Amino acid sequence: MTGGVNSFHVSGYGPERAGWTRLFARDSLARRLDWPILMAAIALSLLGSLLVFSATRNRTEINQGDPYYFLVRHWLNTGIGLALMIAMLWLGHRALRTAVPVLYGLSVMLILLVLTPLGSTINGAHSWIKLGGGFSIQPSEFVKLTIILGMAVLLAARVDAGDKPYPDHRTVLQALGLATVPMLIVMLMPDLGSVMVMVVIVLGVLLASGASNRWVFGLIGTGAIGAITVWQLGVLDEYQINRFAAFANPELDPAGVGYNTNQARIAIGSGGLTGSGLFEGSQTTGQFVPEQQTDFVFTVAGEELGFVGGGLIIVLLGIILWRACRIARDTTDLYGTIVAAGIVAWFAFQSFENIGMTLGIMPVTGLPLPFVSYGGSSMFAVWLAVGLLQSIRLQRPLSA
Amino acid sequence: MTNIPETGRSTRVQIRLVVIQVLVLSLLGTLGGRLWYLQIREGAEYAKKASGNHVQQVVQPAVRGSILDARGVALADNETRLVVSASRTDLMKMRDDGKAVLTKLAGVLGMPAKEVIEKVRLCDAKTPQPCWNGSPYQPIPITDEATAKQALQIRERTEDFPGITAEPQAVRRYAAPGQANTAQVLGYLSPVTDEELQKAQDTESPYLRSDQVGRSGLEREYDKELRGKAGVTRYEVDNLGRVIGEAEADAAEPGANLVTSIDARVQRIAEYELNEAMKQARKEMDRNTNRLYEADSGAVVVMEAKTGRVVAMASNPSYDPNAWVGGISGKDYASLTGKDSNYPLLNRAIQGQSAPGSIFKVIPTAAAVNAGYSFNGPYECSSSYSIGGQVFKNFESQSHGAISLGRALEVSCDTVFYRLSHEEWKRDGGNKPKKNAKDWFYKTSHQFGLGELTGIDLPNEVTGRVPDRQWKLDYWKANKDAWCKSGKKGGSYVEQIAYENCLEGNRLRAGDSVNYSIGQGDTLVTPIQMASVYAALANGGTLYRPTVGKAVISPDGKRVTKIEPEAQSKLPVTKKTLAEIDGALEGVATRGTAAWRFGGWPQDEIPMHAKTGTAEVYGKQTTSWFATYTKDYSVVMTIAQGGTGSGASGPAVRNIYNALYGVSPDGVIDEKKALLPTPQKTLPKVRTDGTIVSPKISKDPAKDQRAAEEDEQAPADGQAQDQDQDATTTTPPPANRDTRRRDARRGGARRGGGRRGDRPSGDGRTGDGRQEDGRPAGGRRRGALRARRAAGRRATT
Repeated sequence: MTGGVNSFHVSGYGPERAGWTRLFARDSLARRLDWPILMAAIALSLLGSLLVFSATRNRTEINQGDPYYFLVRHWLNTGIGLALMIAMLWLGHRALRTAVPVLYGLSVMLILLVLTPLGSTINGAHSWIKLGGGFSIQPSEFVKLTIILGMAVLLAARVDAGDKPYPDHRTVLQALGLATVPMLIVMLMPDLGSVMVMVVIVLGVLLASGASNRWVFGLIGTGAIGAITVWQLGVLDEYQINRFAAFANPELDPAGVGYNTNQARIAIGSGGLTGSGLFEGSQTTGQFVPEQQTDFVFTVAGEELGFVGGGLIIVLLGIILWRACRIARDTTDLYGTIVAAGIVAWFAFQSFENIGMTLGIMPVTGLPLPFVSYGGSSMFAVWLAVGLLQSIRLQRPLSA
Repeated sequence: MTNIPETGRSTRVQIRLVVIQVLVLSLLGTLGGRLWYLQIREGAEYAKKASGNHVQQVVQPAVRGSILDARGVALADNETRLVVSASRTDLMKMRDDGKAVLTKLAGVLGMPAKEVIEKVRLCDAKTPQPCWNGSPYQPIPITDEATAKQALQIRERTEDFPGITAEPQAVRRYAAPGQANTAQVLGYLSPVTDEELQKAQDTESPYLRSDQVGRSGLEREYDKELRGKAGVTRYEVDNLGRVIGEAEADAAEPGANLVTSIDARVQRIAEYELNEAMKQARKEMDRNTNRLYEADSGAVVVMEAKTGRVVAMASNPSYDPNAWVGGISGKDYASLTGKDSNYPLLNRAIQGQSAPGSIFKVIPTAAAVNAGYSFNGPYECSSSYSIGGQVFKNFESQSHGAISLGRALEVSCDTVFYRLSHEEWKRDGGNKPKKNAKDWFYKTSHQFGLGELTGIDLPNEVTGRVPDRQWKLDYWKANKDAWCKSGKKGGSYVEQIAYENCLEGNRLRAGDSVNYSIGQGDTLVTPIQMASVYAALANGGTLYRPTVGKAVISPDGKRVTKIEPEAQSKLPVTKKTLAEIDGALEGVATRGTAAWRFGGWPQDEIPMHAKTGTAEVYGKQTTSWFATYTKDYSVVMTIAQGGTGSGASGPAVRNIYNALYGVSPDGVIDEKKALLPTPQKTLPKVRTDGTIVSPKISKDPAKDQRAAEEDEQAPADGQAQDQDQDATTTTPPPANRDTRRRDARRGGARRGGGRRGDRPSGDGRTGDGRQEDGRPAGGRRRGALRARRAAGRRATT
C-alpha cells in the first residue's frame, strides 16, 4: 500500500532503465531528492578527508608509514556511506518500519558484545569491537539510529493509525524504556558522550512526537537529577571527571588534563581569518592536539583554513540541519517527522558538542564530528541517517 | 492517496518542530560566534602561543677561550668530560615525573638518588641548592665526571633511560701548570643570573640561559672576549619535541684566547715562597704579644718594571678554582666564603690594604725634596721627637746623628721624617691651616698613585687611602655623631680618643702628620700600588697602569689584539732625586735594613734595591712589607701579622729573585737556570690552525729550585736540611749592627708606641712604624757573627 509509491520511484532509479530525461522529469527521483543535504554531506565528507589527511600524514605511529592511509580510508568510508544511503533510499523508511525491532535488537546485542572480552578500549572508553584486519566498529553509533527508529515506530504507531492525536503515556513509557536499555549499556562502557547525545535524541524525539509537555520537562528534570546522581555516586571514571574539571578551568593543569583543551584552542585561535593554509598548520604538523583526525578534527580546519574554513563547516552542517528541519515539518506522517527530528537532534547536538569542545565551550567527550571525523561506524551511521532523511522527503506529497 | 495521514503536521508537532529549529540554529550561531571570538578577536594572542609552542631553541655553548701565561702555557682551558644530562621536558612527561628513571640513573652513576632528583628540580625562592637555575628546556647536567663505562651503560640502554644523555662536553679546567694555581687572578665562572640575563638582553653580547659568567679575576674582566658566542639553532618541533621544521642556525663562535704576562713558573715560585714564608712566620714568636705570629694572610706581586705587566701575583690563603666547575657544592661554597674561611676568594694583592710602614718612606723623601729640603741634609736622626710634650720615638729609640735623607731611608730613621713632616705641617698653618696649604707630603702621595685605583685589569680593586685634610673632614663628618656619643674625657683609652676625635677629628693634627710621614696612622695601600711605585722608581719615574692581560688572540689565531702598557703619569721627582733615592734603596739592600737578606747577591751584575717595612696595626701583630726592585722587576710582598719586613718576607723575595735570574744562594749566576732574566717580550707562537704553542713546564718549578739550591749547598756547607734558612746561612749577612739590640728591646718600644694616643682611633693605627729588620728569632743565634762582619763592611762603605 503506502510503500508502493516509494518502490515505484526507487525501481525507476538508474540510468539504464530511466535515461536522463526520465531522471530529471518533474516528479523524478533526482528532482525530488534533497540536493542541498546531499551536496553538503558530500562536501563535508571530502573536506573531512583533507583535514584527516593533514592531521595524519605525518603521524607515522598510527598511519603505518603510509601518509595516505587515513585519506584513502576516509574516502572508502564515504563511498560505503553513500552506498548505504542509496540502499536506505531504495528500501524506504516506511518499509524499514517492520525491520526496526530486529535492527534495534541487533544493535543492542552489538553493544552488549562490546562489554564482553570481544570489546576493546580506546581512550578510556570501552566502545569498540575489533573485527580483525585493522577494522573495528563502534556499535554505539548505530544505536543512536536504532533508538530514533525504535522510538519513532512506537510513538507514531497509534497516531499514524489515526487512533489518537498524540502518543499516550503508556506508549511514551514504552519508548523511554526502549531508549533507556542501550543508554545504560553505553554508560557502562563508559561512553559518556554517546549517552549525552542519546539523551538529547530522546528529548528531540519526544518533542517531535507531540507527547505531553509533562514528559518533555519531566525528562529534562530527570536528566539533570541523573547527572548529579551520577557525579555524586562516583560512577564516572577519573578521566571523565578530569575532563569536566578541565573544561571548567582549562589553565588548571596545562600539561595534563587541560592539555587537550588548551592545545585545541591554541590551534584554532592561531588560525585567524584564513588560516595557515592546508598542511601548513604548526599545531597540526607538530601534533600538539591529540585525536586530531577524529574527535578534534575541527581544530585542523580552524588552524589551517581559519575562520573561513571553520565557518564553512558550520554553515554546511547548518544547511543539513535546516533542510532536515524542513523535511520534518513537511512530511505528513508522524513516523517520518519523528525520525527526521531525531536525526536533527542527533546531528545538531553531536556537532555542537564536538565543535564546542574544541572551542572550549563544552566539556571534552569522545564524539566524532558528523561526516568530517575519521571513523567508519560514525560515517556509516550518519550516511544512513541521510538516506532516511531523503527517503522521508521523497514521500511527502508533491507540492503544487 | 488519501490514506496518507497528515498526523505529522498537527499544530502541536509543528510548533515543537519550529522550537527545535530555533534551538538548532541558536546552537550553530553560538559556535559561529565563539569561532569568531577565538580566531578574529583573540587570534593574534593564540598565534603567539602557537609559535611559542613549536619553536625550540637548542643552544650549542661556545667553547670558552683559554687563559695562557706569557709563554703560552694554559692557566685555564677546557677539557672534554663525559657529561650526563637529563631532559626535564622528557622526564615531566612520565607518570612519576621521571623519578624511577632518575633513581635508576643514580644507581648507574653511584650517586644518592635524592641528590640526582634534587638536581633536576627548578630553582625558585623556596628551593635551596642543588637545583637547576637554567632553562627547563636545556638538558640539566647531573654529573660531569661520568666514566666511559657509565656513559656506555646509559647510551646502550636508551629505552631504560628516556630523556637521559651522556655526551662529551667541554668543561672549564684550571690546570695549575707546574702547580701554579693562580686562583684569585684567574677568577672563576658560575651560571648567569636572571638579573644579568635581563641586563644584557639588548646589548651586543646577550647571555644565554645556560651561560657561565666570569665572576672574578680575569674570567670576569675579559669575560666578553673569552666567552665567544653561543650557537643557537631554532627548530620547529612537534609535541614530543621531534624536529619537524626548517632550522634557523647561528653557528657557535668560540671565545678568544687571552695571553697574560703571568709566567706560570714564576707564579708557582711566588705562591710557594709566600706560603713557605707564612709557614715559617707562624713558627716565630712575637715578642710583643708573646704569641706565635699568626701570618693569616699575605700577597706578593712580581711586576715588569718597564711596563707594569704582572709576572706573578699570589694571594694567600688560596683555593682550588676547579671547585666552581660544574656548579659549586654547598660545602665548598661555605668553606670559601664563610666566616671562618679567612676569605680565600679575595685577591689580597689588589684587595688587601694595610698601612705600608716604612716602605712608604720613599714618598715623604720625594715630598721633602719637592718642598725645598735638600736631599743631603743633614737632618738630625734623634732617638725621639716631641711635639708639645708628646714624644714620638724613633724605632728602638735609636739615634744616628745628623744624616742625609738617603741614609734616613737606609736605616729607616723615623725621627727625620717626623721632623720634616711636622715642619711642613706648621708651614701650612698648623692648627689653623692656610687656605692654600701646600700639603706637600699628601700631594706627593697622590702623585705616586696612592689613594686611587691603579686601574689594573682585574675587577674589584680597592683604592687604599691617603689620610689628607679632605679625608679627615669626610671621615669626621661620617663618624662624629658616634664619637661624640661614646667619647668621654678622661675615660678609657678608646673613650679618650673618641672624645678627642669628636672635638677636633675634622682637623689634621700635628700627630697625624707625624704618623703619616712613616706610613702609619690612617694610611692604607695595596700591594699592587706599592709594586707600581717601586716599578716606577726602577724605570726612571713612569707609573704604568698594571696589567695582567697581554693580548687577546682570536680563536683562529689571525687577529691579535695587543694590550699595550699604558703610562699613567710621571712620578713628581727629578732625575737627580730619583737617582739619589735609587742609590739609597740600593744601600738598603747592601748595607741597610735588608742587607742581611741579600748577602752574596751579585749586586754588580744585578743591582738590587729594597725597602723593608713593619707596619703596626692596632690590636694586631705587625704587618711585614718588603718592596724591592731591579732594573727589570719590582717585587713586593706583604704578610699580615707576619712580623718584620725583612724577617718574614725577606727570604721569600730573595728566592723569587734567585729563580728569576738563576742566582744560586752564594751569588753565582747560572743563566741556564734563570727562569726569566729579562721579561718575556714576544707573544706565544700561534699555529696556523689557531692553536697556541705551549712549552713544557716542569711539574713544580718551586720544588726544582729548592732542590737545585740544596744540591749546591750540600757540598758547600753540608747543612742543606734547613731549606728555609739556606739563603741566610751561607752568606755573610751584613745586618746592621743595631739589630740585636732592637730585638731585645722591642717589647718596650712597642708599648711606648701604644701610649701615644693622639690618633683618631680605628683601623690601621698606631705607633711609630718602627721598622725594619727585626729578624726572626731563629736568625738571632747568628747575630753576633753577622754584626761583626757587617761592622767591618760598613766601615769600608
